[in-house]
Amino acid sequence: MAFEPKIIGFLCNWCSYTGADLAGVSRIKSAPNVRVIRTMCSGRVDPAFILKAFQLGADGVIVMGCHLGDCHYQEGNYKTIRRIPFLKRLIQGFGIDPRRLRLEWVSASEGDRFAHVVNEMTEEIRTLGPLTLHVHREMQQPVAQH
Amino acid sequence: MAKPKLALYWAASCGGCEIAVLDLHEKILDVASAFDIVFWPVALDFKYDDVRAMDDKSIDLCLFNGAIRNSENEEIAHLLRAKAKTLVAFGSCALEGGIPGLANMTTRDDIWKWVYKDSPSTVSTNGGTYPQTHSTMAEGAIDIPEMWNTVKALDQVIDVEYYIPGCPPQPDQIWSVIEFILSGKPLPPKGTVLGAGEKTCCDECPRERTERKLKKFYRPFEIETDPKTCLLDQGIVCMGPATRDGCGALCTKANVPCRGCYGPPPNVVDQGAKMVSALSSVIDAQDPGEIESILDQIADPLGTFYRFSLAHSILRRVEKL
Repeated sequence: MAFEPKIIGFLCNWCSYTGADLAGVSRIKSAPNVRVIRTMCSGRVDPAFILKAFQLGADGVIVMGCHLGDCHYQEGNYKTIRRIPFLKRLIQGFGIDPRRLRLEWVSASEGDRFAHVVNEMTEEIRTLGPLTLHVHREMQQPVAQH
Repeated sequence: MAKPKLALYWAASCGGCEIAVLDLHEKILDVASAFDIVFWPVALDFKYDDVRAMDDKSIDLCLFNGAIRNSENEEIAHLLRAKAKTLVAFGSCALEGGIPGLANMTTRDDIWKWVYKDSPSTVSTNGGTYPQTHSTMAEGAIDIPEMWNTVKALDQVIDVEYYIPGCPPQPDQIWSVIEFILSGKPLPPKGTVLGAGEKTCCDECPRERTERKLKKFYRPFEIETDPKTCLLDQGIVCMGPATRDGCGALCTKANVPCRGCYGPPPNVVDQGAKMVSALSSVIDAQDPGEIESILDQIADPLGTFYRFSLAHSILRRVEKL
């Protein structure tokens, strides 16, 4: 069977999720590979969520938020703009290609941009191939909480 | 009534946890009089066969320190699990892999290649001599444990009742746990972290926090730090915000940044992820290029943020590219 990338998308409630909605109601075609999780803000996306997505089998993770200056909470996305490059370095340390993590700004009116970004990321991950990690092979149960 | 039975074991560890127990000083005599110590390889001459001969669940309390690094560690972990009623992961290595867990940044083959072949102090003949699990010679055969490629925390191998964090756990904290167990009060729910707090190391740290934003990070040797102000505020990467309290902020009181040995605070799964969050909040830059140049100053994020917790982190080990 051909490889279909599994991509987890964390979309901010105010801009990007609405943008994705607009893409839908405008009937813009886009790749079905992104599984969307709505968060209140891109700044709400804890780096642990992203690591967890990779742990549970995501081939890529895309975080989308409001354009800089447009954040519903004034500065949530300014935290994100520092976190994602930092996290890219961390996952590279773990041996995961940093291109598997992406940050994009998509406003509520940018349905076409949403579709474009999703298609682009899907194609990139398709080229990179499936992500296989030690945790996938070894781990049957999630990390114990303590 | 017979005294409760106590077992202590070390797997892949440095022995510091054992010293921490001895650091109870004269109270060690109270431990010896309250418990019947049935197994303690570092201090008393018991053999594995003595443990094998015991009835299942006959040990009341087992303090297990050290990570699971080889087949012997794993075998004894399973053995003690069968024999102990209450088993405690004692110290950072048992809890989350600890310093031995940093071996998960490389592979067994690469470690062996360096240690037994490439290191400058090694004389390598015939392409290097590597340890064998089984060797036969004129005098007979020997079997030694097999080293695993990936270091594991104790609860990734067996079921564990409680956790006592620290590298090593602080003696006063160890004593408070032992006192509590001896008091006969009902034990806390399974999975509880004992001998530690419920907040972060910062809560115990006497240094003054000023919520500064940073454009430059330093390594500890690069600057003279002020002993009263928060080290993170001064640009030193300090693990305090992503580390459980309980040690009394020993390191920061000695002008050394927190190394994170008490593991992640409650409700935090991954110390590295939490550190990325914490540091991202204090970086004073909004321009991608400037952000990258500031991030360049943080040396070895993986080894620093996961110094003690790599084996128990979300991704557990580095994938060989």
